[in-house]
Parts: sequence; structure tokens; C-alpha cells
Amino acid sequence: MARKKTMQTNRNNQQAVSIDSHAPISFTFDGRTYQGCKGDTLASALLANNVHLTGRSFKYHRPRGIMAAGAEEPNALVGVGVGGRVEPNVKATQIELYDGLVAVSQNRFPSLKLDIGEINSVFSRFFPAGFYYKTFMWPASFWMRYEHIIRRAAGLGKVGDTHEDPDRYEKRHAHFDIVVVGGGLSGLSAALQAANSGQRVLLSEDQHQWGGWLRSCDDIIIDDMAGHEWADKTIAQLAEMDNVTLLPRTTCFGYGDHNFLTLAERVTDHLAEKPAHLPRMRLWKVRARRVILATGAIERPLVFAGNDLPGVMLASAAQTYLNQYGVLAGRRGILTTNNDAAWHSAFALHKAGCLITAIVDTRTNPAPAVLKQAASLGIQTRLGAGIIAAHGRLHVARVEIASLTKTGDALAGEAEHFDCDLVLMSGGMNPVVHLHSQSRGKLKWDERTHCFRPSTTHEDEQCVGACNGSFEPERGVKEAIAAALKAVKANGGAADALNLPDIVATKINWAPMPIWQIPNGLPAGQGGKAFVDFQNDVTASDIQLAVREGYHSVEHVKRYTTTGMATDQGKTSNINALGILARERNAEIPAVGTTTFRMPYTPTSIGMIAGRDIGGLFDPVRTTPMDKWHREAGAKFEHVGQWRRAWYYPQNGESMEQAVSREVRAARQTAGLLDASTLGKIDIKGPDAAEFLNRIYTNSWLKLGVGKCRYGLMCKDDGMVMDDGVTTRLAEDHFHMTTTTGGAAGVLDWLEEWLQTEWPELKVYLTSVTEQWAVATLSGPAAKEILNAAGTDINLNDEGFGFMSMREGYISGLPARIYRISFTGELSYEINVPARYGMALWTTLMRAGKNFGITPYGTEAMHVLRGEKGFIIVGQETDGTVTPHDLAMSWIVSDKKSDFIGKRALARHSMKAGDRKQLVGLKTKDPKKVIPEGAHATLDPNQPPPVEMLGHVTSSYFSPNLGHSVAMALLRGGHARMGQTVYFPMLDSSPPIEATITDTSFYDPKGERLNGKL
Amino acid sequence: MLEINCPYCGLRDEEEFACGGEAHIARPLVDNPISDKDFADYLFYRDNPKGVFLERWRHSAGCRRWFNVVRDTVSHHILEVYPIDTKPSTKAGRAAYQASWRRQSPAEAAARKVPQKTRKTSISKR
Repeated sequence: MARKKTMQTNRNNQQAVSIDSHAPISFTFDGRTYQGCKGDTLASALLANNVHLTGRSFKYHRPRGIMAAGAEEPNALVGVGVGGRVEPNVKATQIELYDGLVAVSQNRFPSLKLDIGEINSVFSRFFPAGFYYKTFMWPASFWMRYEHIIRRAAGLGKVGDTHEDPDRYEKRHAHFDIVVVGGGLSGLSAALQAANSGQRVLLSEDQHQWGGWLRSCDDIIIDDMAGHEWADKTIAQLAEMDNVTLLPRTTCFGYGDHNFLTLAERVTDHLAEKPAHLPRMRLWKVRARRVILATGAIERPLVFAGNDLPGVMLASAAQTYLNQYGVLAGRRGILTTNNDAAWHSAFALHKAGCLITAIVDTRTNPAPAVLKQAASLGIQTRLGAGIIAAHGRLHVARVEIASLTKTGDALAGEAEHFDCDLVLMSGGMNPVVHLHSQSRGKLKWDERTHCFRPSTTHEDEQCVGACNGSFEPERGVKEAIAAALKAVKANGGAADALNLPDIVATKINWAPMPIWQIPNGLPAGQGGKAFVDFQNDVTASDIQLAVREGYHSVEHVKRYTTTGMATDQGKTSNINALGILARERNAEIPAVGTTTFRMPYTPTSIGMIAGRDIGGLFDPVRTTPMDKWHREAGAKFEHVGQWRRAWYYPQNGESMEQAVSREVRAARQTAGLLDASTLGKIDIKGPDAAEFLNRIYTNSWLKLGVGKCRYGLMCKDDGMVMDDGVTTRLAEDHFHMTTTTGGAAGVLDWLEEWLQTEWPELKVYLTSVTEQWAVATLSGPAAKEILNAAGTDINLNDEGFGFMSMREGYISGLPARIYRISFTGELSYEINVPARYGMALWTTLMRAGKNFGITPYGTEAMHVLRGEKGFIIVGQETDGTVTPHDLAMSWIVSDKKSDFIGKRALARHSMKAGDRKQLVGLKTKDPKKVIPEGAHATLDPNQPPPVEMLGHVTSSYFSPNLGHSVAMALLRGGHARMGQTVYFPMLDSSPPIEATITDTSFYDPKGERLNGKL
Repeated sequence: MLEINCPYCGLRDEEEFACGGEAHIARPLVDNPISDKDFADYLFYRDNPKGVFLERWRHSAGCRRWFNVVRDTVSHHILEVYPIDTKPSTKAGRAAYQASWRRQSPAEAAARKVPQKTRKTSISKR
């Protein structure tokens, strides 16, 4: 079916500077197809098709249209894209049109023109400022329910149904000597001057075309060129220079400490076909030596009843749509203003064919020049007057104009009615000081132009042009060039000063009349709504109400009314809100204060901030050299820190319990094999290595023999256990330390900290060798036979190779260090080979052990085996508040050593308290009952609440080898409670589990099995 | 994000570093008796001043070396970077070092290897 061709009825100039009318493209809005031109924004293309109504407002569901032409747009937020690419809440003024673009309006049901939520508007007198706070207070527990309903009714767009973002995002770090933000007249001048020095310059521009206001105005001639031609020429010049980076379509949204800037580059959003090799967006993290901000200014709306109707627009925006895109936003317009500058926008529209029926100025004394020009164009004027109300249902159709008193706070005459389809409004200019403010630069109130402009800076930064309150083009260029020269010089460079360009521009008096609300002749709160914050639906009377209710601080008023707290951060609303607040408080605006601008300047895609750090790249998964074997054996895995460890190996449909039970039995009856490669390993070398360990660990290390292993516990200096492991002396000056899997990196940092900051005199080197060694732990009565069967040159007899010692040699030809240490209580060998031999070692042992019943076991069985022995796991039995004494491990705390980390703290008075939580064992009365880990102990199960808690269970398993459950717990004064009965109340209200307090070595308490003798 | 001048590697982004908190906290020697209360000054108490602060940093994603930094906690300006076993040399850094209550604390006195009798005179000489 042929597409129905829609007419771009409002396009009156096919040769406008920012569009290419030879490249017509089509797009859809709310399912209807329209035509636009290459270079259009969605906003300009919609206006070209006479579509003004683009959305419904946040709270009252009022019809809203396009008010601005840039980043400050508060109303025209739409959803863009299809499928996984739906992005909500995008400003139509910032969407570059491409063929096939799909956009939808938001916050309306069932349709934009007929929206049932609009009824909120009828009942609006019941929705004043603070409505939610006042209404949904009680009962407090209901807030969750209210919030759900409120959030659905009030709100903006929705994200797409597909939550898989199909796009790719990139980050780029960069350094520049000078960064210029903003590609208008001042920014281009600054960049050109800076670039002439040869220093590295970055110039960024929010829009897709360069020139800023130069593209929108038709009355600035630079060096005999139209403003936009000069911009094109300058950008071409800059593009030729190797030391210049140009970033159009890039919003500098953050300015942090030490001249750190973050910029969002939209790489493919404007392309119909997204090339696969390009990311959708690129986050630039830029460190600049000097920054020049040339971010321009934003026009303020005027606050009058009905100022939010579609068809009411900022005067400068209407001029932008006309001159950049050749779009006339209306046919019959009225300007309401408090300044001269906006008159020129009205003249431009009038000349282009939009009949300006009246110019309404709150002042009685506009410049004679504009009065004269209005007269010559035949435009009638109303001076000392304002639009007191705009009317219309889905579009402005009529306004009421009345004379105001001299101060502008009351009516001085009867209202006249004018028909119109466009209202241009202008309340003066706001410099875009957001980045300056983000970088902690201060602002001052300019009494002449009635706006906040930069005063002092915090970072190495300069504001130039309109963002510095210098609205005159000549002054802006002069500032820009001077700022660039200063930056170049401060960087230690030099450049010849550029000649100031020859600028011919209309002379404009930029001082507006300070009027923050046009009165409507009715008592406060009555009459139509006069909006201050369009995006959050905050009206002038909301602010007045807040003040009446006692909110005086700007920060309180802001939060109570939510003015300035929408996604646009009050770009168009803040100053008007401050003005009204100041008036209500009889104070001056600077005394009322301003709010702090925070990043991001405009809403920024979270996808871009995440970049490539998503999915599998979010956090690396570390695997051991034997990982492939475990996967092929059908192991279930668990993640320990970043490590992926085999958890258990189910066979023939075994449950986890069955598999673990089988593995645990095998390790005690025949032999088990554990992949222990993930254990932290630190190589410690140097003449003072033994002395260093002696200070780190709680026990003695100086006399450990070469080839001998020792278990060590390390404390923090507060005496609390932080890690444990076995360390082996490889040579007089060389040790091999092992740490817990999760603690490896932290322990290395810990050792380095003490070595570098406390004992720099010790000659020791520390090297992480965790990844260099693969470790297979062979444990069980058959371990020795299996090693012999695999073939080794090491004498495994006790006299040659006793418990807690290490031998180097070969296993089946593989070079190995074998540590005879045990975490299971069985005869056990931790066999270390260079990582690349890990798989060979594992398969060799499995082959050699086949006839001996070798069984691979995972981390769960490892836990049960050590639980049967009552061996602690740091982080499970300890939580940073547990001392070695609490663990009944006083034997490992040396009282002979002069010092070790934690020694003085362990002597603190509070450490001797009898009611410290101490580690004990538990035997349940019913041997089959396994107490849940974390369960709390109490002496009296029938005590009414609050029940006195003794402590909690840290580890708990069913021991297949013992035939009953085993558990450990930290209980208050536990060591003195041996034999007592404690109860563990259950969450599911089943009867409390009864248990007896014991010591923690449940299995083979004499340790006879360590030698493999049964 | 701060930019920190690692004394061994040069200017790097803050994300390469880890902050180790207050600098110049001397650890009492075990041989010097000290009360639990005075020991707590070393073990638990940390300053958090508004203004110039001497703190330790570690180039954790770089050379792994520790060093000291003089940072203004209000402006975030870094006034000086200096090796771990030295004292600050800038005026602001020296003043902050001298002004710290730790200089007079029994914990710091207990960190010095001096016979008890002569300790007082040696402090005043510094």
C-alpha cells in the first residue's frame, strides 16, 4: 500500500541552513507516517507537519507541546526506537531525524488527544504542593501500595519490553591540553585560537551542527559572511588541524575534580542503518589541563496562566525553527516579553510570514529602535502589559492581554482578547552555568541582566561568551580569544593572537525587566495554572503555598514542590522559581540563593556508563587449569570470589546430598582428589623473610626448618583473625605462603602495607604466585599408594617425608612440590605443579588412582570433611570480631615473641571478658537433625520475647562418616559451657532443635589418621 | 575524579589508587608500656579534618607502592606527594603535621625507641 503522503505544511523555506530538502526522509510518530528532511530534529520535523501536541504532563496529564529547541526542552519527551532499542524520555529537540525513525508520545492513555488522566487536571485543586506527603501518610505500611499506583499514574515513558540492550557502548580515556565545550561563536573562536598554538585541543558540541546561535539568527555578519557560513568555514579550518579533535553530537555532562570531564558522544543514534563496527554511544573520560566553557545561554519562559499550552514557545526557539529548519511554528503569533532581544525573534517570524498580531512587553520603555521597527512592520504593541492567560484545549487559540501596574504585580486595566495559534515568550536569558557550577565554580547575580553568571572558579577553567553573561557577540569573541591565549600560556605554550573578526550585529540591550510571574487579577491560587517547572508540573501557586506553609529555604521549597527536580534539572524553571520565592519572602534573589547543579547536565544512558563491563565482562571468572576436566565430569560449580570452583560431582542422577556423601566417604575410606589451585599463594623472599613472617603471624617462624611447613594465623592489629594458611620454608630466605582462596589479594596488600609503611627496613620481596601453581590435593588412606603408582622419585615413607613437610621431585615426570599437609585430617598431599601441568597432573592421578577407588571431590565435601575435624574457615567461623583465643586456638599465639600484629590488642582488658563469643562444637540430640547455619542459640526455648540469644551457628553439616550431624557455633562464654544444652528456635515454627555443647574435633580427635594408619 | 602524582609512575587517575587513610600514625612498640586508652588512639581513632589532611595512598593498579599525600579535603587540591618514610615539606603540609594532636599523644611517644627517662627532652628537641 502506498504511503499516504503528508504535507509539511509549515515548511516555508526549503533552503534553511540546517536541512537538506533534497533528502526527504520519513518517520512515524504515534503510528502515523510523516515526512521530514535530512538535518531535521524530530521536533522541527513534527512542527513542519504542524504537529505541536507531543505529550502529556507528568502530574496533571495536561497536553504539552514543543517549547524549546535544545537540551532545555521540558515538555516534548518521547520514546524512540523499536524492540530492544526503545529509549524513553528523549527530548524531541535532540533527536536527529533519520529515515524510518519510530517515535511515540508518553504518559497518555488511551491516546494523546484523548487522555483519561487529564481528569487529574480537573481535580487539580486537590493536588497541591506536598499532596503526596500530606495524603499518603497513614498507615505508613500502606505507602508501598500507594506508591505503586502513584508511580503508574504519574510518570514519563516506559522502557522497552526487551531488557536486552542490543547496542554496544564504548569508553575512551583521553588527555587534552585545552578542552573547549560548546561550538558556537565563542567556542569556535576559543578553539581556533587555542589550536593555533599547536597544543592538543578538543572541541565538543551538543548539537549535530556547529555554530550554535549563529545558525538560528540572520542578523550577525562575520568577516562579510553570514554567521553560519563563518561557523562552517571555521570548523573546516579546525578539521584540517592534526592537533584538534572535533566532537559533534557530544554532550559534556559532567565536570569533576582536577579538570575531569565526561562527555557522551552519540555515535549511531542518527543513522538509519547502524554499522556493526560502531558503538551506539561513546563515553569520553577526558582529563584537561585547561578548560574553556562556551556553553551559551537558555531563554527563560514567562510565568502566566496557560503558559504550558502547545503553541506557547520560547521566542528564540521559534526563531531557531524558522532559520535553521525553515519551519514556521504558527501563522498568527503574539510575543510576550520583558526584554528587547525577543522583539527581533518576532520580527524574523513576521517577515517570514507568521503574522505577529501584537508584541506585549511588560516594560513601558523598550528601546526606540525596536519600537520603530515594529511600527514599520505594522505590528501593534502593548507596553506595560502582559499575557495574563492563554486559552485553548489541545493548542493555544486565544490570549488575554492586560495592562500591568508599574511594578508588574497587579493588573491596571481590563483584559483584551487576541486570537492566535502561536505565543512567543521570553523572560530574559540564563547563562548555561551548569558545568561551571558542577566544577564548584561560584555564581553571582547580575543586577543588569538579571541572571546568575560565573564569578570565581575552582578548577582551571574559564567561561566565555553567553555562558559568562556576555551576550554581545563582539564581547564573546574577545573573551574567547583572550581565554584561549591565557590557557595556552598557562600550559607553557605560545600563539599569535588572532585578529578579532569583523562582526556586524544588531545592537541589543540585554537587560530584561525582573518580573517572575504575570498577575492574573485573581487571588493567589485562583485562575488558570501558571507553570514554573513544566516537566514536574509545578505552578507559581505551589511555590506560594510552600512559603505560606513555612518552607523558606530554597532547598526545602525545591524538595517540597519538586521544582527543578525533573530530568531537566530546572533548566528553564530555576530562576523563575527563585524569583517567585524571593518575592514571597520579600527578599532579593541572591539572598534566597541558588541550587547546586550536579552531573549529568542532561540525562545520560546507563548503558554507556556501563560500557563493555556487562555480562561475562562485568567481573572476570577465574578458572583453574583443570576446569575443563571438571566440566566434562559434569561437576556443579560454585563461585568463590572470582573463582569458579567444582562444588560436587553428581553421578548417575545423584542428588547433591548423595554426591557429597559419597565424596566425603571416599576421602576417608580410599582417596579423594580436590582441585585446590585457587588457594592464594605468595612467594616471600629475602634475608628478612623469616623475621617478617614472625611479625605477621601470631606464632613463631624463626626456627622453622628448611622443607618444613607450619600453619599460621594472622590477625589485624586489633587482634581479630583475618586469614590463615600453611606456609613452608623453601630455603633460609625463601617461603611459600598459602592463604584462603578469597583472601589472597587482600593478604598480599596487607603484607605489602606493613612491609612498606611500618617496616621498610626489612629486606623482603613479595610476589603473588597463585596463578603460577596448579594444586591437586590427594587425601585418604590410599593416597601414598596412588602417588607411588603414579610414579615418583620422592621417598614417601614417614621417616623421609613426615607430616608438615615439603619435598620437591617428580610425579610421572612432572616437576612437583608436594606438601604433606592436611585439611581433611587424613593422610594428605597437596601436590603443586607449574600451572601448565595442572591438567596432566590431575589426569595422571585419576588414572593411577583408578584401582584404589580415587574419587574427585568438590568444595562442599571439602567443607564437610574439615567440619568433621572442626577446622575453621576464616570468614565462616570468623567475622572480624573473633580472636584466636575465641577460636580456642590460644596454642598458636606466641607469648615469647616480642611483637606480632595484634599482640598489644590481644592484651587489652576487653579481650579477657568471659562473655566473649567463643567457638564451640554442637551435637544435636536427634543425630539426624542438621541445624541451619546462622540459627541462633538460646538457653530457654520457652522464654517470652525478647529471647536472650547466646550466639549463632557458623558451620553445620551432616557427617556421613560419623552418622550424625556436626556443627560449630560462636556462643557467648561458650568455652565454659561444655556439656550444656542449648536450643535453636526455627523460623518455620517447627520445634526448636536441641543440642549439646562440645569441643569442635568430632572425628579422630587424636589425629591418628594423618599418617594413613587406620 | 582526582589525578594523583604517583612518586614512582607519575600522574594517574584516582581509579588506579586506593586510599589508606590518615598518615603518620606511629605504632607503639610492644616494649613501651601503654594504657589501653592510649593504645586506642593508635588503633581506633582517625582524623577527618575539614581542610589540609595528610593521608596515605597506594598505587594499587600500578606499581603497588605506598606514599603520602597532602590533600585539602574541602577543595580536593593535592598540595604535595612525598615518600612514605618522610615528612611533608610544603608549608601547609608541615603545619598540618605539627598541628596534629598525635604529636603529643602517648601512643606516638611509645612508638619511639628511647629510654623512658629521656623521652620528654627528646620530644621537645624535635
